[in-house]
Amino acid sequence: MIEVEDLNVIFGHGGGAIHAVRDVTFRVGAGESFGLVGESGSGKSTVLRAISGLNPDWTGIISVDGEAQRQRRDKAFHKRCQMVFQDPYGSLHPRHTVDRILEEPVAIHGMGDADKRIDRVLREVGLGPQFRFRFPHQLSGGQRQRVAIARALILEPRVLLLDEPTSALDVSVQAEILNLLKRLRSELALTYILVSHNLSVVAFMCDRLAVMNRGRVVEEMDAVTLRRGEASQDYTRQLLRASLGYDRAAADSFRDFA
Amino acid sequence: MREWLLTDTPGSRTQARLGRLYGGWLAFARNRLAMVGLGIIVLLILMALLAPLIATHSPYDQDLANRLQPPSGAHWFGTDQFGRDIYSRIVHGSRLTLYIVLLVAVTAPVVGLLIGTVSGYLGGWTDIVLMRITDIFLAFPKLILALAFVAALGPGIGNAIIAIAITSWPPYARIARAETMTIRNSDFISAVRLQGASPVRIILGHVIPLCTSSLIVRVTLDMAGIILTAAGLGFLGLGAQPPLPEWGAMISTGRQYLLEQWWVATLPGLAIFVVSLGFNLLGDGLRDVLDPKNG
Amino acid sequence: MSDLKPLLNVDNLRVRFPSRDGFTEAVRGVSFTVGREKLGIVGESGSGKSMTGRAILRLVPPPGEVTADRIEFDGTDLRTASERRMRGIRGRGISMVMQDPKFSLNPVMTVGHQIAEAYQVHTKASRSDARRRTLEMLEAVRIRDPERVFGLYPHEVSGGMGQRIMIAMMLIPDPALLIADEPTSALDVTVQMQVLAIMDELCGGRGMGLIFISHDLNLVASFCDRILIMYAGRVVETCRADELRSAKHPYTRGLLDSLPRLDETRAELPVLTRDPAWATAGDPKGGAT
Repeated sequence: MIEVEDLNVIFGHGGGAIHAVRDVTFRVGAGESFGLVGESGSGKSTVLRAISGLNPDWTGIISVDGEAQRQRRDKAFHKRCQMVFQDPYGSLHPRHTVDRILEEPVAIHGMGDADKRIDRVLREVGLGPQFRFRFPHQLSGGQRQRVAIARALILEPRVLLLDEPTSALDVSVQAEILNLLKRLRSELALTYILVSHNLSVVAFMCDRLAVMNRGRVVEEMDAVTLRRGEASQDYTRQLLRASLGYDRAAADSFRDFA
Repeated sequence: MREWLLTDTPGSRTQARLGRLYGGWLAFARNRLAMVGLGIIVLLILMALLAPLIATHSPYDQDLANRLQPPSGAHWFGTDQFGRDIYSRIVHGSRLTLYIVLLVAVTAPVVGLLIGTVSGYLGGWTDIVLMRITDIFLAFPKLILALAFVAALGPGIGNAIIAIAITSWPPYARIARAETMTIRNSDFISAVRLQGASPVRIILGHVIPLCTSSLIVRVTLDMAGIILTAAGLGFLGLGAQPPLPEWGAMISTGRQYLLEQWWVATLPGLAIFVVSLGFNLLGDGLRDVLDPKNG
Repeated sequence: MSDLKPLLNVDNLRVRFPSRDGFTEAVRGVSFTVGREKLGIVGESGSGKSMTGRAILRLVPPPGEVTADRIEFDGTDLRTASERRMRGIRGRGISMVMQDPKFSLNPVMTVGHQIAEAYQVHTKASRSDARRRTLEMLEAVRIRDPERVFGLYPHEVSGGMGQRIMIAMMLIPDPALLIADEPTSALDVTVQMQVLAIMDELCGGRGMGLIFISHDLNLVASFCDRILIMYAGRVVETCRADELRSAKHPYTRGLLDSLPRLDETRAELPVLTRDPAWATAGDPKGGAT
């Protein structure tokens, strides 16, 4: 479904240029859920933004659904590939009602039947029609994230790019959103790429994952290996250890991987 | 009714919109001074609408036998050098003031908003070209530039308004651009871009609604300045032409009598002062309500 | 830890804010003591955990109102202490580290200068002395190149570095008690562990007390000695950190269950169903053991 080959992203020019992503290659099969894990600055979100079309400064090959993508995307691409952002407080227009937010993509793509589509998608994400005319400030964080998911789904995409979709939420709400995303994937046969710094979330959501550090993919593995804690690279092992909770000895042994 | 407006679960588009307006009104009404400002502006509007009813005399009728009379029962604010009733002239002058204020308010900020948002959203060459033009306008002192325009176009109230509008859009463009730059990189703009929306759609539907509130506040606060500029042009004889009862022009003619017949210049001055104050108080109150931070 | 005289004694703390109709209570009768230990306060957003921390230092933003039967630090009643006395206590007695360093650092002063100033205010040390101490402190919070970082402005440092700088600044007056409000939530896991190790070391070495406010149950359980679990402005459960797994309150249990695990095999995560009785349960100390 998604193929990324030798992806490089460089921001800026000359001496101040930042090489954010270096030679990243991976494939995601149709219906698969793929995790991109790493710490801040690892380039995981940059990869996602390059795939989504938000960031045009890349070189290499990105192909989605068998079609090689150029730096600029057409409407048809956006209909197939949607994204959910990390911060549910920043990803909804503060002056638009849920209704307006969901109606817009329908209007852009001239899909018609907006009323029916909005009602259906709201039900799909577990919000009733009573939420339709609220403003974002009348919603909780979890409800906002559901609206953001509904906005992505209303175009009936095949690929959903998830950028830390639960890291701004409380744990109990996180569980609800993760369950929802998991259910939607199986019901709608979606393909996911999930970017997260939280290994446990990836272990719950994904079939396979790639661990990134300083712009490179350090290791690719399947979720079973992750759950067993059998990483082959030192960097991944350190990440795993840090995710287990505070441990004085572990903290002292941590080092920087260039 | 209050419940219906303030509910967190509006059932229709209209209810959502009205509820939002009502919430804003409640926040505004809590600010006493802002309400005073609003009161002054409402009085000004009423005065302009009902001018022929409120005025005790015609603003133009001269009565040379009664020139320069101090305030009295017959002439509440006294009379000027042609024996015209100052009170009636001030009442009718409110129409001119409102006319100037409204025309400037619907032109300059709109131009500024469009130029600022386009420049800020598109960036690159568009931004450079538009902002340099803005800089050129900003480089001249406002009143001097307005004077130059009026001198070129010829004196008169219409030309004064055009001159004021031409000289007052650049700051709005600057504000709108700065705000657009912060909005441009937010996730909700990214999200709508990913839906395939065109730049026109994004600027009109998503960026401009967020910029307007701070612009409205700024425009309201600038109203005092606009009135003063208009009065200044009137004072210099380049704005409203006699015998129009424009407040600035009234001060201008009254200044020769300032020491002996103080009311001729002072009372129109007071009118300008009160209205300017009203707009400023209103602007402060609006800022509390419309500030984007309360999104 | 409990046989020592407590550093801080809080009894029936309440914080409320005026709202459109009446008052909203953010903290509703919280009582606890802290000794020379690491006390964790855990809760979700809106549980009142941050307000509790701020109320102790009288940093609740207006128009918030704080009442309590007792807030006593080292023999001083913090409810009635003069603002002058409070200034002495803030820093030297109790320090606070906030979540976002960018808001707590002065943007137009170099970080080294700010830390040195924090030191000078409390110790009347000479400038060169303060500079030396600052560099030592920066090194203590594992900043590799203290000399260079000393001259940087807040916007020039990364989030992780900023947080370490904040911690250095808060610890340089050598406080008896540190209140850390989500000090590591914005950091990467490995950096987070390193920052915690620094705080751990300081608690052990100097006998500093620590109130660690966080939403991360696992982290608090592995880092602290004792935990308060807050819900809707109340403490619903108090337990020793190593006994968290056997917590009794359904809220605590629900939170623990809803966390995905590294060795996750569940197809679905159990979702917390909130019982309104938790928020209203009579005794504010209810559930405490």
